[in-house]
Amino acid sequence: MDQYITTPLTTQKVEELRAGDYVYLSGIIYTARDAAHQRMYETMEEGGSIPIDLKNNIIYYLGPTPEKENQVIGSAGPTTSSRMDKYTPLLLDSGLKGMIGKGKRNQAVIDAMIKNKAVYFAAVGGAGALLSKRIKASKVIAYDDLGTEAIRELFVEDFPVIVVIDSEGNNLYEIVMQSS
Amino acid sequence: MRVIRTEEIIQQIKEMCIEANYQLASDVESRVRGAFLKETSVLGRQILGQLSENLDIASADFIPICQDTGMAIVFIKIGQNVHIEGLNLEEAINEGIRQGYEEGYLRKSVVKDPFIRINTKDNTPGIIHYDIVPGDQIEITVAPKGFGSENMSRVYMLKPSDGIEGVKQAVLETVKLAGPNACPPIVVGIGIGGSFEKCALLAKKALTRNMNQPSDQEHIRTLEEDLLFEINELGIGPGGLGGKTTALGVNIETYPTHIAGLPVAINICCHVNRHVTRVI
Repeated sequence: MDQYITTPLTTQKVEELRAGDYVYLSGIIYTARDAAHQRMYETMEEGGSIPIDLKNNIIYYLGPTPEKENQVIGSAGPTTSSRMDKYTPLLLDSGLKGMIGKGKRNQAVIDAMIKNKAVYFAAVGGAGALLSKRIKASKVIAYDDLGTEAIRELFVEDFPVIVVIDSEGNNLYEIVMQSS
Repeated sequence: MRVIRTEEIIQQIKEMCIEANYQLASDVESRVRGAFLKETSVLGRQILGQLSENLDIASADFIPICQDTGMAIVFIKIGQNVHIEGLNLEEAINEGIRQGYEEGYLRKSVVKDPFIRINTKDNTPGIIHYDIVPGDQIEITVAPKGFGSENMSRVYMLKPSDGIEGVKQAVLETVKLAGPNACPPIVVGIGIGGSFEKCALLAKKALTRNMNQPSDQEHIRTLEEDLLFEINELGIGPGGLGGKTTALGVNIETYPTHIAGLPVAINICCHVNRHVTRVI
């Protein structure tokens, strides 16, 4: 089913999403990948505050190519999510409501998603040029020293994603392998 | 004796880094577009359609095909009658990479140490493989390699008695484990024989071979065809979301090996299988 969703998410919006739904996202989302996750995680473990408000927000696992003068952002597709698994349950317990990436998640992440009513989306891996066209604004808001791995605030319009794991733990990757 | 100056090598490598990241080789591109016509899964067709559109946008608007513009893998075959003048050759190759990634607006994805993970900020060093060959030319292949798929690659040290069936099982297991993580549809480069490190290098080289030029050994060509069929029967599909198009091609390279061994390396590449070759 095609769905049009505006960020921030809510528990109600998330509960309406089912594994296999095609979703067009609009609004603010944040980018973070390996190094930013590690830094946020270590900061939170030490009791410090992190530069983004996780509550009801979405993190996109992205490290874009540099933008040219006339571009909002460079190529901007998803990176493999499983490398963020170690850090993700803590972020979910702290209010994170959605993630965009590609590939499998471990059981600890799925359990934390069910507990906190969160959703995991996949964007199409290797379609970074196409996806960049749906990003209308981009600015680095933290961890500038990490280069491509800095945290960015993006404004997206009709950004195309697929619900892979929903808030009940249904997993599209497993569903398609069982039916093949 | 022919003299080749390193300025020429730098210029060529710079251009090849950029070309590889904006325009796919024709064999890869035609298989991505062809898969769209053959795929029967609705979601699979939708994803393959996006991949075709992505290639159009990349070349029309000059945006890299994928944001992971890779670690630069360089194969350089140096004719033994060539004399290289100018910089140290390794410095020249890295200078070409540096200029290509900067001027091409490509992502800098290299950290200086596996544990002290500080970005080198110019995508150097590259991974350089040298070969000395007859002749008075230099052949260079630049293959920027993304790590979503690299991370799903494997080496198996099989027993001779495992034979072709054992190799097939190893490849299918690797592709299944990779699943959606490696950005299917994938290209599978396989190295069989040699030693532990030789088979891995062969697998990488196999990825740079044109998919429309199968192995010239009949039993290997048959294995390439069989594996492509069996991988596509797994049902992983585009994006790992189901369908017939799990792999676009299987390329195998072999080498003599030890009486006790059957090494197999499976180097997985996503559909953005980039490689450019030039001769100086």
